[in-house]
Amino acid sequence: MKKFNTLISTAIPLPISDIDTDQIIPARYLKSTNREGFGKHLFYDWRFDNNGKQNPDFALNQAKYSGEILVAGKNFGCGSSREHAAWSLTDYGFNVIVSSFFADIFKDNALNNGLLPVQVSEQFLTSFFDRVSKDSSTKIKVDLENQEIEIVGTSEKENFQISAYKKECLMNGYDDIDYLVSLKEEIELYEKNKVLTY
Amino acid sequence: MGKTLFDKVWEQHVVKEISGGINILYVDLHLIHEVTSPQAFSEIEERGLPLFRKEKMIATADHNVPTINQHLEIKDDLSRKQVQKLGENCDKYAIEYYALGNDYQGIVHVIGPELGYTLPGKTIVCGDSHTSTHGAFGAIAFGIGTSQVAQVMASQCLIQTKPKTMRITVDGELKKGVLAKDVILYIIAQLSADGGTGYFIEYAGSAIESLSMEGRMTVCNMSIEMGARGGMIAPDDTTFDYIKGRQFAPSGNELEDAIHHWKELKSDNDAIFDKEYQFDAADIAPMITYGTNPGMGIKIDAKIPMTPDTENSKSFDKALKYMNLKSGESLIGKPINHIFIGSCTNSRIEDLREVAAYVKGKQKAKNVNALIVPGSKQVELQAKKEGLDKIFSAAGFELREPGCSACLAMNEDKIPEGEYCISTSNRNFEGRQGPGARTLLSSPLIAAATAIAGKIIDVRDTL
Ligand code: SF4
Repeated sequence: MKKFNTLISTAIPLPISDIDTDQIIPARYLKSTNREGFGKHLFYDWRFDNNGKQNPDFALNQAKYSGEILVAGKNFGCGSSREHAAWSLTDYGFNVIVSSFFADIFKDNALNNGLLPVQVSEQFLTSFFDRVSKDSSTKIKVDLENQEIEIVGTSEKENFQISAYKKECLMNGYDDIDYLVSLKEEIELYEKNKVLTY
Repeated sequence: MGKTLFDKVWEQHVVKEISGGINILYVDLHLIHEVTSPQAFSEIEERGLPLFRKEKMIATADHNVPTINQHLEIKDDLSRKQVQKLGENCDKYAIEYYALGNDYQGIVHVIGPELGYTLPGKTIVCGDSHTSTHGAFGAIAFGIGTSQVAQVMASQCLIQTKPKTMRITVDGELKKGVLAKDVILYIIAQLSADGGTGYFIEYAGSAIESLSMEGRMTVCNMSIEMGARGGMIAPDDTTFDYIKGRQFAPSGNELEDAIHHWKELKSDNDAIFDKEYQFDAADIAPMITYGTNPGMGIKIDAKIPMTPDTENSKSFDKALKYMNLKSGESLIGKPINHIFIGSCTNSRIEDLREVAAYVKGKQKAKNVNALIVPGSKQVELQAKKEGLDKIFSAAGFELREPGCSACLAMNEDKIPEGEYCISTSNRNFEGRQGPGARTLLSSPLIAAATAIAGKIIDVRDTL
C-alpha cells in the first residue's frame, strides 16, 4: 500500500447524498478477477448515456473540475460491500473522499486501499460546494498527520477523526494482513482455549 | 451492568485488544462466492501465504449464474470465467464448494442457514453486505470487503472496532397481510437509509419473536439498508427447532449441549444499548418503496411524500425523477409489467409457499412478466416436492433455477430501461436491476397480488 501524508489538490464536487456502491460501480462491471482497470467504469451510469456518450452535466465530465479529491454528500458508499467501489475510485485517480458521513464497510474498504475517507461537518460541505461553484480551482488541503482538512485560502478548517492504528498504517503504507499474520501464535492459542458453544 | 447479546458473542471472539478499542476478532465461518473472492485468492498467493483454516470456509456460485439451463456452460464470457476461477481456487485449496448443479448450491445467505452451517453464537463473515441475514440465529454476521476476505483467509481474523449497539423492539401482533418484509421496510422508512450506521442492531419484542426463522432472516437481511453493520435476534425454541436435523448442524447430545449454551445468548435485563427504538406492530401496514434507496418507503395506500426541507432535497427530487413519480401521488392502481420474487431477502421456501397460497387458482395479468427465482437448489427441490411449481405455472409464473438473478442483474435477468418492477429484493438503487430499471421493493405477497392484478393494489382488500 502506498504511503499517505499531506495532499493539496483541487476537488470534484458531487453534492448528492446517499451515493450507493451501485452508482459508484454498477454490478455488471464486477466480473473481472483482478483489481485493475475499474476506473473506466467509475460512476458509469452517471457519466455516460445508453449509447456510451458522455453526460456533459456530470461533474467528472466537466473540464473545469479535476483533482485527486472527491467531495460528496452525506452517507457516501452505502449499499454493497464491493471493494470494487474503492478500487474504481483509486484507479480513476482519487486519493481522498470527503463527505459528512460514510457507510461503514465502504470506509474500511477505502482505508484498506490507501484511499482516505475524511468526514467533515455539513457546514464544511456546504461552504465547499458554494465556493467551488464560483471558483472551480478551489483547493483542499488534507493533512493526515495533524488530522486537519481546510479549504485553501479560507478560514474553513476542521479536524477529522481516524483511528490511531489506521493512521499509522496509512502513513507508513502498512496493511492489516501483515499485522494479522504476525499474530499467528496468539490466534492459535485462542483457538486452543476457545469454549465451543456448538 | 448487564451485557447485550451482541457483547456476549463479541467478547467470546476477541483474540486480542490493540490500541483504542480495536479488536482482533476471530471468525468461525467464512462464506465466499465468485465475485468478491478472486482478488483475495490472488492476494494471498502473491504474498505466498497459506490458507489458515480452509475447513472454516464454504463456497458457492450465486451472483453471476444464469437461472435457466444451469447444466449448460455459462454463455457470458466474463461470468463463466469468474465462476470457473472460483472452482479452480476451491480445488486448489480444497475448500468445500457447492458448484452449479450441486444440490446444495444457492445464494450464499440462503444455503448457510438451510444446511445448518449458520448457528447461534458464531461469528460469520462473507464478502457480501447481506451477510447480516445470518444474525437471525443470534450470530454476529457481517459483510466485508475483498481485502478483508484475504485477511480472513490468511489468519481467520479481522481487525475491528467494536460497533455501538442499538435495540429495535417491535411489540404486539402483526396485522393481516403484514409480513416480515413489511416490518423491516417500515423500520427502515422510520430510521432512514443511514439511521443505523455505526451500530449493530438487535431486534426484539413479541412481534419479532412471533416470526419464523425465514421471517427473522428477512428482517436481519435488510439491516445493512439502514447502514448498520448487522442485525441479530436472540435464539429461542423457534431457532433450535429450525436447526434440528439440518445437514451440517450438530445433532444428538452435541446439539443438546449446544442448546444449553445457546440459551444464554440473550441480552441481560439490565443491559444498556447505545440507542433504542420502540415500535408498535399495529402501526405496520404492507409497505412499498417509491424512491431509489430502501428508506424511501410508504404504506401501500399512502401518498408519496413532499420533498423534505433538508440537505436531502436534491437527492429526493433526483430519485423521484429517476422513478418518474411525483410527490402526492398514490401508487395504488399503477400498472406494472414485471415482478421479481427472489433474492436473499425473500426466496426461501416460506416465501414461495406464501406466494403459492395467494396465486393458487388465479391467473397473472397479461401485461406482467412474473419471475420466481428460488434462493437455493434445496428450495427449488422442496417447492417441486410440494407441487408449488405446478401452482406457479398454472398461474403463469415462471419458476427458475437458483441464484441472485434480477436482484443485481449480473446475469441476463434484467428489467428493461424505464420499466417498473415490483421486487422482493432489498435494493432499489438506480440501475440495480439493469440500467434505467425502476424498482419498487415489497413483500412477496404484494408482488404476487400485483402480478395477478397487473397493477399495484392494496393486497389487504383481497385477503
Ligand atoms: S440476492 Fe442480491 S442482495 Fe442477496 S447476495 Fe445476491 S446479489 Fe446480494
